[in-house]
Amino acid sequence: MSEILTINNLNVTPQNDLNRFLVKNAAISLSSGKTTCIVGESGSGKSLTALSIMGLLSKQLQSTGRIVFQGQDITQLDNKALQKIRGAKIGMIFQEPMTSLNPVLTVGYQIGEALTAHMGLKGSGLKLRVESLLQQVGIAKDRADSYPDELSGGQRQRVMIAMSIACEPALLIADEPTTALDVTVQAQILQLLDELKTRMNMAMLFITHDFGVVADIADDVIVMFRGEIVETGTKKQVLENPQHPYTKALLACVPDAEGKNQLKPIDYAWLKDGLNDKRAAA
Amino acid sequence: MSLVNAQSLENAPVILQANHLFKTYTQSSGRFGFSSSQIKALDDVSLSLKAGSTLAVVGESGSGKSTLARCLLQLHPFDSGEVLFEGKDLAKLDTSALRAMRKNLQMVFQDPFASLNPRMRVGEIVGEGLLIHGLGSVSEQKNKVQQMLERVGLSADDALKYPHQFSGGQRQRIGIARALVLQPKVVVCDEPVSALDVSVQAQILLLLKELQREMQLSYIFISHDLRVVRHIADEMVVMHKGKIVEQGKVVDIYNEPKQAYTRQLLSAIPGRKAA
Repeated sequence: MSEILTINNLNVTPQNDLNRFLVKNAAISLSSGKTTCIVGESGSGKSLTALSIMGLLSKQLQSTGRIVFQGQDITQLDNKALQKIRGAKIGMIFQEPMTSLNPVLTVGYQIGEALTAHMGLKGSGLKLRVESLLQQVGIAKDRADSYPDELSGGQRQRVMIAMSIACEPALLIADEPTTALDVTVQAQILQLLDELKTRMNMAMLFITHDFGVVADIADDVIVMFRGEIVETGTKKQVLENPQHPYTKALLACVPDAEGKNQLKPIDYAWLKDGLNDKRAAA
Repeated sequence: MSLVNAQSLENAPVILQANHLFKTYTQSSGRFGFSSSQIKALDDVSLSLKAGSTLAVVGESGSGKSTLARCLLQLHPFDSGEVLFEGKDLAKLDTSALRAMRKNLQMVFQDPFASLNPRMRVGEIVGEGLLIHGLGSVSEQKNKVQQMLERVGLSADDALKYPHQFSGGQRQRIGIARALVLQPKVVVCDEPVSALDVSVQAQILLLLKELQREMQLSYIFISHDLRVVRHIADEMVVMHKGKIVEQGKVVDIYNEPKQAYTRQLLSAIPGRKAA
């Protein structure tokens, strides 16, 4: 289990307001064969962190810091060099399987694009590889000729997964990949991702707002709040013995299937005092 | 769970009842849509809501739960069946009687961004129902709107603002104020918290529970999130492909689901196997 990605001092700020930190001083390290979940509410900076790794931040945002992937600081790379890594060594899955696929191209063609671009596969070799990928994600191989609108939401997300693992990436970033799906489909997709991670010994960075999903899929957990990482630890540590007041508060407002949790909304004013106290004590 | 205890839930009168609802959509299908197929959105659906309680309608996308919500409120025509509110068949009422009845039956929508008119001030949105039903003088209406806004955790001054000035959770509060200002008896909540962050979700669920107790509301709570349902509902129906596959008390169904489909849904709740 080797360290594959290390992020240090990652800051993301708007270009026109360099003192407003959307992500502040983030440090993350990911290892092969492990799933790390970033949890947080909307606006906590979890997606921006993922986009920074891919170098896909909007032009209005600026990121600084070191992102070392397989020994190389990828923030220093130009676009061309980055393109060789994106889609090949780092795969990404997005939240909306409906909008991330091109409606006028067959899914087989879309899965094949990355294979042609990064590995130079063509013709029958390409066809075989695409069919094998579809089967790996649980779709019949003759669906390669289908268009995205002929597939269900779950199948489309499976196609997205096939695309993202096509070049056997060392790191897979999944940004809320199951949020738009029904629970039973979500359970299947989580299981599939977990199997693929183990089989291909990938590092997986999984972004979610759902602690239930964290409990199902994570090895390690990172909790983000207003751009800052407030807690990191193993799943067991964070879920069963949270240390930070925000993590505690966030866990306390999650409804559980047993109906035991009190659903206490987060008292942000109290939390702010709590954070300041903690800083003063440190 | 609402504050109706088990005993009084047994004895509570039925306030809204649906009997044998059928609704079929015709959908164009095939490439270019030249052929058509029939989709049974509601297939012999019957349910009853007890006064002061919460009945959850649970199911995956396409199961017919939102169609059911709209048919219950007569926002959508159905093919056959009847909906009784306090024993009266809503379909048999003429237009003006139905309109008068509507103030008792209100709805809170899923998407707080799409369901509020961006060109109207919050005060107008919340007060529109009072205006339509001609309830009270202008100043009384204004007072009611302000009180309602304060009750849902906003301020009276917010009446002059526009929806875009509010966050998702605040907009959902506006949607709730809009529904409740008419003092309805039944409120259909269609996925009211599924677009919200968990902490905001907890606030809105607590608010809905408080208001239910204060105003003796009965809720139909449409949701795909079985964890939320466990917290808010007394009884539930599970829908699958337009049919009700199981119904009963929430506690009973969670502890001992009888149907295979219900078991499948419950076992798919994230976080269960690890816990």
